[in-house]
Amino acid sequence: MTNSSLQQEQATRSDQLSPSAQPDDRFHRALLHNVHPLAWRNPKSTGKYKLVVIGAGPGGITAAREAAALGAKVALIERNFIGGDRLNVGCVPSKAIIRTARLYAEMRNADNVGAQVPGSIGIGFPTVMERMRRIQARLSRADSAQRLSEAGVDVYFDEARFAGFDTVEVAGDKLRFRKALIATGARPLTPPIPGLTEVGYLTNENVFNLTECPRRLLVIGGGPLGCELAQAFCRFGSHVIIAQDDPMFLPKEERDAAQILSDSLARDGVEIHLNTTVVGVRLDGKRKIVELVCAGDKFSVSVDEILAGIGRAPNVEGMNLEAAGVRYDTGTGIHVNDFLQTTNRRIYAAGDVCLEHKFTHAAEASARIAIRNALFLGRKRLSALTIPWCTYTDPEIAHIGLYVREAREKAIPVTTFTILMQDVDRAVTDGEEQGFVKIHVRQGNDRILGATVVARHAGEMINGISLAITSGIGLRALARVIHTYPTQAGAIKMAAEAYNRTRLTPTLKSLTKRWLAW
Amino acid sequence: MAELSAQSDEELLDRFQRAAFGYFLEQYNPENGLVADRSRAGAPASIAVVGFALSCYPVGVERGWMTRADAAARTLVTLRFFCNSLQSEQPDATGYKGFYYHFLDMKAGKRVWQSELSLIDTTLLLAGVLTAGVYFDEDTTTESEIRERADAIYRRVNWQWARGGGTTVRQGWKPECGFLHYGWDGYDEAIILYVLGLASPTHPLPERSYIEWTATYQWENIYEYEFLYAGPLFIHHFSQAWIDFAGIRDHFMREKKSDYFENSRRATYVQREYARRNPFGFEGYGKDCWGITANDGPGFQKLKIDGRERRFLGYAARGVPYGPDDGTIDPCAVLASLPFAPELSLSALRHFCARYPQMIRDSRLPSGFNPTLPRDGPSGWVSEAYFGLDQGIVVLMIENYRSGLIWKLMRQCPYIGSGLRRAGFTDGWLS
Ligand SMILES: Cc1cc2nc3c(=O)[nH]c(=O)nc-3n(C[C@H](O)[C@H](O)[C@H](O)COP(=O)(O)OP(=O)(O)OC[C@H]3O[C@@H](n4cnc5c(N)ncnc54)[C@H](O)[C@@H]3O)c2cc1C
Repeated sequence: MTNSSLQQEQATRSDQLSPSAQPDDRFHRALLHNVHPLAWRNPKSTGKYKLVVIGAGPGGITAAREAAALGAKVALIERNFIGGDRLNVGCVPSKAIIRTARLYAEMRNADNVGAQVPGSIGIGFPTVMERMRRIQARLSRADSAQRLSEAGVDVYFDEARFAGFDTVEVAGDKLRFRKALIATGARPLTPPIPGLTEVGYLTNENVFNLTECPRRLLVIGGGPLGCELAQAFCRFGSHVIIAQDDPMFLPKEERDAAQILSDSLARDGVEIHLNTTVVGVRLDGKRKIVELVCAGDKFSVSVDEILAGIGRAPNVEGMNLEAAGVRYDTGTGIHVNDFLQTTNRRIYAAGDVCLEHKFTHAAEASARIAIRNALFLGRKRLSALTIPWCTYTDPEIAHIGLYVREAREKAIPVTTFTILMQDVDRAVTDGEEQGFVKIHVRQGNDRILGATVVARHAGEMINGISLAITSGIGLRALARVIHTYPTQAGAIKMAAEAYNRTRLTPTLKSLTKRWLAW
Repeated sequence: MAELSAQSDEELLDRFQRAAFGYFLEQYNPENGLVADRSRAGAPASIAVVGFALSCYPVGVERGWMTRADAAARTLVTLRFFCNSLQSEQPDATGYKGFYYHFLDMKAGKRVWQSELSLIDTTLLLAGVLTAGVYFDEDTTTESEIRERADAIYRRVNWQWARGGGTTVRQGWKPECGFLHYGWDGYDEAIILYVLGLASPTHPLPERSYIEWTATYQWENIYEYEFLYAGPLFIHHFSQAWIDFAGIRDHFMREKKSDYFENSRRATYVQREYARRNPFGFEGYGKDCWGITANDGPGFQKLKIDGRERRFLGYAARGVPYGPDDGTIDPCAVLASLPFAPELSLSALRHFCARYPQMIRDSRLPSGFNPTLPRDGPSGWVSEAYFGLDQGIVVLMIENYRSGLIWKLMRQCPYIGSGLRRAGFTDGWLS
């Protein structure tokens, strides 16, 4: 299959695998009512828009809302469902089912915290998914089509296509704009594996439609999203196998973080095969037989479902970007400069369609910068942002700023202050001792270059470090911040105190000793 | 073991060193010089263990445990085998491109277990080969041949090929699938690999390979000790068994105002501190019971012990403080820390003798014991086989502590000096 036909196939597929394939219950209908009302009528455009936003994911919504709040005439075009990946097929559904999965794991391990393991732990998969749909429906209210329109945004449903340097076509209408923002997001990549399309497979776009928990599940690609879902399904009772061709588990993360998570997944029962390539898939009755190769050795596994999680491709096709003079790459997305401006000076981009870091908060932050720059001649830079991120496995892995390797590549000498969660009182009382806080500083200095947190609530904890980095607060100041006791975030203060103790040089020590003896 | 407590440190060390040395006499094939990986019947030879054996023979001679002639004869048989055995792409050769397969059949000397052409294990073999080349310096036909063959084996190794087109070296190669992609990251036992690779007069590694390799180092403050982190204790021992790192520094250590010798000392203190804190509540762990490293283990099993779920591992790279840790202690790793932190190692050794006498048979230390996994007596599970790597590191590190013999020999090896210099080491004995 050529690259472009592969992408076309993927684009069609992603349309087919929509939330409408979810069970048609009252929650799903409530969701649809908010994210794509059946009776919706696109507005009749009059005059030029100050801003046209393509894509109503978190990036597009943020941009449209902010621009409208500032008084701009704004159009927001969405071809599928408002909320984008975040609400429909990404963060929200995944975090909802991860919560239930964690509870199941806690029930099984209840005796770790002195509680009794319940007599029988039946998994009601349909109720797990129903709760997920209920949450999606509830969270869809805030940015429903109706609400957005009340906020002054002209909401259009249909595919957007450029018809020139300052014109977008949507549902037969031509919208002229002063500025435009492309926030069309990304979609899952399909692994080019012989037989895979024929036997059928899951991605984030249809996995949340499942009504039965697969007994055996193969996850291709052990990236963050693959790991989150692998662990969740394992906790629902699936026998989960992860196969990834990279020799290192979570290759982008620090080795110790990856090691802790790999141990955790193994404890849950996930089978991890590194350095392993899937070379073919076939059907045997209802089962999917997957052929794998590791270091020259061939073997096969038989599973009910296959989940592909090998990465994401930006949605750049089908928009006639050429007509607007917007340059792009099908792998890395729309070309933008540090001000998020594309090769057409009127058109900006934000979120997954142009960023390396594909996260909701990155999409929103970049959309804010793009709006400032587009509407107020701002000069805000993407590179000035410090973007944290988190993988919501158990324990979670969160990171911000530089990795040690990156700092060393920039010839910055680094010292890392490490606190093990085992040494944090609250982690011990909570029975959540897996993990650590590592804060990297420039050697001999307290400036924070980056940090990695592995802990049950790492995603919450990293925000304290994020605040410190963004406000230019160093470890010395952090050590002075009084933290409530006992909290797991106290680990950050402990790291700061460890830094402070290194300032007590032998000379200082002998001076203080003499002073105190006096 | 009660009588051990009355012995002086020197007597105690002599006893354990000699017992460990015995492994190499017992597990040796006089036909080809190969030495078994472990003391289990039918075990193949490990090329790294042969490297340790070649380095132990000079210790045996100097300690009066074997004659120089016997040591030279054993060494020559070994070097002849490695010179003459089949080097080819065939799956049952002994080696390829000057490197050797990790495991060889004890008799036929051919690759077994579909093992990989191993770069690090070849390095440890070469360390032994070069030790022999320096030690046997007399003008006899046997010793001259040892020197020539040692040099020939080293020169034949194609380090450039081992990069597989990259900057740093790959971990291994298999005829079935080419280079292996394990991905090395962080500090590990490979300094000596780069030193030997950089010094090669025939197929040297480029200087940037060492810089690239060290780019993944992590300098961490853990338990208030600042050190170049590596979890398993053996990583702080293996290159150090041959190279005296005290006072010599590469760019990284200059930046940190430390050296690899001092680093191994701090790593030992971190091990002890971890064992004192004993976060997972393993039986026995404490001030004198540490030594968490790559070693034999009870085998994979999940058990409830005293109301706690415990997961045990087989042979695995255990590490501190991030794990994995299943309560298995390697007493050999404790002795290997002797040159760096003798106060800690000796105290732990005495504790092992007093508290766990059953795990010490004929003064030989096992690869692992696990007091958390109940068996007869307080030692709990004890590894049944002895492993050549453990016995070898015990012989060499006790010797380095007692006389510095291996370090002194290797300082005389021109390849070590030039490799270190190309890696950017200065100061100390390199000045
Ligand atoms: C399983 C999963 C879990 C995730 N979990 C997290 C998490 O926990 N935390 C986190 O921060 N991030 C997470 N993410 C990533 C996060 O969902 C995305 O980074 C975020 O949604 C990107 O926002 P966006 O606005 O750039 O694009 P999207 O959310 O993808 O929205 C783009 C919108 O544009 C529309 N569109 C595309 N082309 C056109 C067109 N031609 N015309 C009109 N409309 C168009 C699409 O239909 C879509 O609605 C997760 C992703 C997945 C897949």
